[in-house]
Amino acid sequence: MTDVLALTGAQERTGVQQALVIGLFAVFVAVTLYITIWASRRTKTATDFYAGGRSFSGVQNGLAIGGDYMSAASFLGIAGLIALFGYDGFLYSIGFLVAWLVALLLVAELLRNSGRYTMADVLAFRMRQRPVRTAAGVSTIVVSIFYLLAQMVGAGALVSLLLGVTGEGPKIIVIVAVGLLMIFYVTVGGMKGTTWVQIVKAVLLMTGAGLMTLLVLIKYGFNISEMLGAAAQASGKGSAFLEPGLRYGATDGWSKIDLLSLGLALVLGTAGLPHILIRFYTVPDARAARKSVTWAIGLIGVFYLMTLALGFGAAALVGGAAIKKNDPGGNTAAPQLAEVLGGGAGSFGGSILLAFIAAVAFATILAVVAGLTLASSSSFSHDLYANVIKRGQATEQDEVRVAKLAALGIGAVAIVLSIFARGLNVAFLVALAFAIAASANLPAILFSLFWKRFNTRGALWGIYGGLVSAVLIVLLSPVAWGGASETRPAAKLTAEQAAKCGVPVTSTQVGNPTALFSCTTAAPIPLENPGIISIPIGFLAAAVGSLTAGRREDENGEKYAELEARALTGTGAH
Amino acid sequence: MSHTPVSSGAGGLTSDPRFAELRSRFRRFAFPMTVAFLLWYLLYVVLSAYARGFMSTKLFGNINVALVFGLLQFVTTFLIAWWYGRYAERRLDPLATELRESAEGAK
Repeated sequence: MTDVLALTGAQERTGVQQALVIGLFAVFVAVTLYITIWASRRTKTATDFYAGGRSFSGVQNGLAIGGDYMSAASFLGIAGLIALFGYDGFLYSIGFLVAWLVALLLVAELLRNSGRYTMADVLAFRMRQRPVRTAAGVSTIVVSIFYLLAQMVGAGALVSLLLGVTGEGPKIIVIVAVGLLMIFYVTVGGMKGTTWVQIVKAVLLMTGAGLMTLLVLIKYGFNISEMLGAAAQASGKGSAFLEPGLRYGATDGWSKIDLLSLGLALVLGTAGLPHILIRFYTVPDARAARKSVTWAIGLIGVFYLMTLALGFGAAALVGGAAIKKNDPGGNTAAPQLAEVLGGGAGSFGGSILLAFIAAVAFATILAVVAGLTLASSSSFSHDLYANVIKRGQATEQDEVRVAKLAALGIGAVAIVLSIFARGLNVAFLVALAFAIAASANLPAILFSLFWKRFNTRGALWGIYGGLVSAVLIVLLSPVAWGGASETRPAAKLTAEQAAKCGVPVTSTQVGNPTALFSCTTAAPIPLENPGIISIPIGFLAAAVGSLTAGRREDENGEKYAELEARALTGTGAH
Repeated sequence: MSHTPVSSGAGGLTSDPRFAELRSRFRRFAFPMTVAFLLWYLLYVVLSAYARGFMSTKLFGNINVALVFGLLQFVTTFLIAWWYGRYAERRLDPLATELRESAEGAK
């Protein structure tokens, strides 16, 4: 298997391969820049900028939702998790998919009918505008920036790996380039440009993953059992590789609760992610919103089924050792598999397929960060600037101008933070973003739509309660405090990690060497995923806040009647 | 300070018996279905965490209960999405359109 191992060392990547990868990156960037400029000519009003003129069809929006949602974390991350930990990687993808039923049944159509540009439009509909919009805007921006940081820091490391370059310089260049491109897409192309970038990416991603799946299945004569057997054998773990437990396998109670907590955040978080919610405004009516979610469910479902073939295929054909040697997190499993499927390292087919999959991964990152930048800058402008600061008196042109400035500002902040955070392990930020979305946003959205007594106080308690509790729990978790404990047994340290933690390599004090604050102090709360605590807090705080508010805001239920009639019938919808 | 969104007069619709019917049709489908798929998903996660022996049972070849259970989550998600789409087209959309048109005609 030496031909397989040839890919691993970054230095061993040939100039031709690098040129191919960079060439394909450049083609994708050129196409998206052209689309963005084309879209900018068709973006005149605020509705064009925020909601793409509400002119996308259900199918187009379904593709764009897929493009917005399937991040590099799900493409490369889940394929890598399956390749290294087998079955447990699959657990993630199921939560990510089932979550869409919450969006389909309870949120998409009603939100489309009753809101205009942002999540806060619905939350503030029958509440006091300024406090509720402030809370929703803060939550939107926090969730989006956490998610954005995870994507950009990941992009720096990933693109360097795919290009086969090492060192801090290239990582910084990649982070800055990704940041500048996303700022360009959003400020110039608005929602129309961003949507088309996401559509192109979704088509590329499905094509790339589909092609690789087909090649893997052909290798095993379409016998899935045989593919799984080969993966289990190559992993050296036998049938345990095909069973739950390799990643979430610690036998103590906390790690199992952590798994439940993650599952809850995944399934309840999606319908509260602001960058997903604003996609429902880009279609003409509720029917099209429903159709777009149905399409997205089909696409995302098929995609995650394909990651099974990619992950187990990589375990069988590339091998865990070769993947770990390249990236201990497993993120390069899919590109390495592409090289093997194309004919192996050094072969023409292998180089082409590797370059193509690398370009798909790059496209994936760009489409997601653009969506996040748009969601946060829209909320900044529409919620905080136009409705809180200007009290609803801003002109359309003013709002769009501020949104573009906000995209520039948020993009700049994200670039700087990502450069500082590039050495940190920020993968937890994605799970945290889902947990905040489920704890802070979802209770407020559902109560707004379905509970007559919900009021301003309930909305504020729910949003701030969910947001603060999720963040606090993570700040007290093993993500921040890495000391060894019963839940976190001592980790084997590399010389570099030991030096960073200030302990000898033989130390048994360290459980999580990549902890943010301290490697040697044990975490007060042993959960990495806050959802199981913070989601109930969010719902409870929203309910208690509503029930204890002294004065009834909507005494006769008139505003709720207006909202409900709009949401269900589309009367008066924007 | 607190400004009410411009009223479209839609609120009056809620006293229409057809609106009560629409709301009840929507909730009768969406609420129980949400409870059902969440419980079904949680059952899967709980079994993955606490019933690993059962999940590891081999069914045929290298296919075990865990894999089939996971794939069934995909199947039910697709089915519920398809079923809701059909239900909404037949039982919700016509009534919603009728109500919207009557509200807009009344203005």
